[in-house]
Amino acid sequence: MIEFTIIAWVMSFLAIASALYAIKTKDLLSAAISMGIASLVVSIMFLLLQAPDVAITEASIGAGLTMAVFIYAIGKTERWEE
Amino acid sequence: MNGVIMASYFTVASLLSIGLYGVMTKRNLMKIFISLSIMDTGVNLMLITIGYLPGGTAPIENANFAKYVDPLPQALVLTAIVIGVSVTALALVLLIKYHSKKGTLEYKGGMKW
Amino acid sequence: MRKQASVVITVIFFLSLTFAFYQISSSYNYMENKYDYTNPINESSANESVPQHYIKDTKNETGAINVVTAIVVEYRGFDTLGEVTVLFTAATGVGFLLYNLYSRKKNKREANLILREGSKIVLPFALLTGAYIFIHGHLTPGGGFPGGSVIASGFLLMMLSYPKFFMNEKRLSVLESLAGITFVLIGLFGLIFATYFLQNYLNLGNVGYLISAGIIPLIYIAVGFKVGSELASVIQNLKEVQE
Repeated sequence: MIEFTIIAWVMSFLAIASALYAIKTKDLLSAAISMGIASLVVSIMFLLLQAPDVAITEASIGAGLTMAVFIYAIGKTERWEE
Repeated sequence: MNGVIMASYFTVASLLSIGLYGVMTKRNLMKIFISLSIMDTGVNLMLITIGYLPGGTAPIENANFAKYVDPLPQALVLTAIVIGVSVTALALVLLIKYHSKKGTLEYKGGMKW
Repeated sequence: MRKQASVVITVIFFLSLTFAFYQISSSYNYMENKYDYTNPINESSANESVPQHYIKDTKNETGAINVVTAIVVEYRGFDTLGEVTVLFTAATGVGFLLYNLYSRKKNKREANLILREGSKIVLPFALLTGAYIFIHGHLTPGGGFPGGSVIASGFLLMMLSYPKFFMNEKRLSVLESLAGITFVLIGLFGLIFATYFLQNYLNLGNVGYLISAGIIPLIYIAVGFKVGSELASVIQNLKEVQE
């Protein structure tokens, strides 16, 4: 079980790092993409927590559709934060 | 205490705190929605982690396993994720209407909170 | 000043969350004992906990192997009907708010060769995977919500690679309405042929085979079509709008 623990901690730090970058950056497009990376990494944690149904849903929606919706909306409005 | 549970609780606390900080300090409306989406992911992960039992397997009946994790939070989160993306899309459409009226996304009012 | 106050509030929030999670996770042994609870006086399991009941009796009561599917469709089917209604309302709101701004742009930039040719190969497999996921929802991990979102992701790939790709709005809304009507009708037949709304009135069949578990696969196929068409139409609306 030690390998599961190592994978879980690596995924945890990846998720926190991408969430912090999404808050800190001034570029909204990068923020949306790193939010999608955080969702993808969290879906691997769902798999480690024995929830395969939720992992499939989160991988296709959190990383695919939510990011696409944000990117289309950023394309219709403006890219840079003041 | 199990290492996987500790890691995922740490992730939950960090994601919720990061999202709360973003909602409190940012003035760009798109950034506020991104923060809310991060908090959404954190809440889903918290519900799944509370239902996890150390040593259990996924709740699919199998003669080889005796111990399963709690299936009820998984059923709730499964629908909550799909609802989350549609509500996010509705909010972003309102944002596009706001931008076409005002020409900016920054909130320039007085006090934020 | 406000920035420092925000940082202080965030740190307090983080510390209190950590404390609460520590308290929750130190009570796991207690929960584990409670899973096996039986009443010591008359040896009955009337006071057993909810997860224990789901795990022990799902196979006999509903015929589904995947307990999550049984909960979503059977035990809490009315709740799922409400969730699908929320999804429908959000998709309708997106279409309604974008009605004035809606127009198709003429000249858009083409995607590059690899994306165009690769998406032609990947799209049939994406659709097939989505259909597999929601047809086998009662046997393997998955179901209507993941399958529908995989199908919507396949159409998103087509929209990214071909800027002129356009799905007929009317056909999408007809498909979505038919799926919703199927869901409600299956529930109403439960009211007619059996006792209550969304009761599992069909034969449960051989547990573990594809044709089993009564109405669960039928409802999940309807939910898969509904979720897929709604998410695809939401994304197409957001893509086609002009500023």
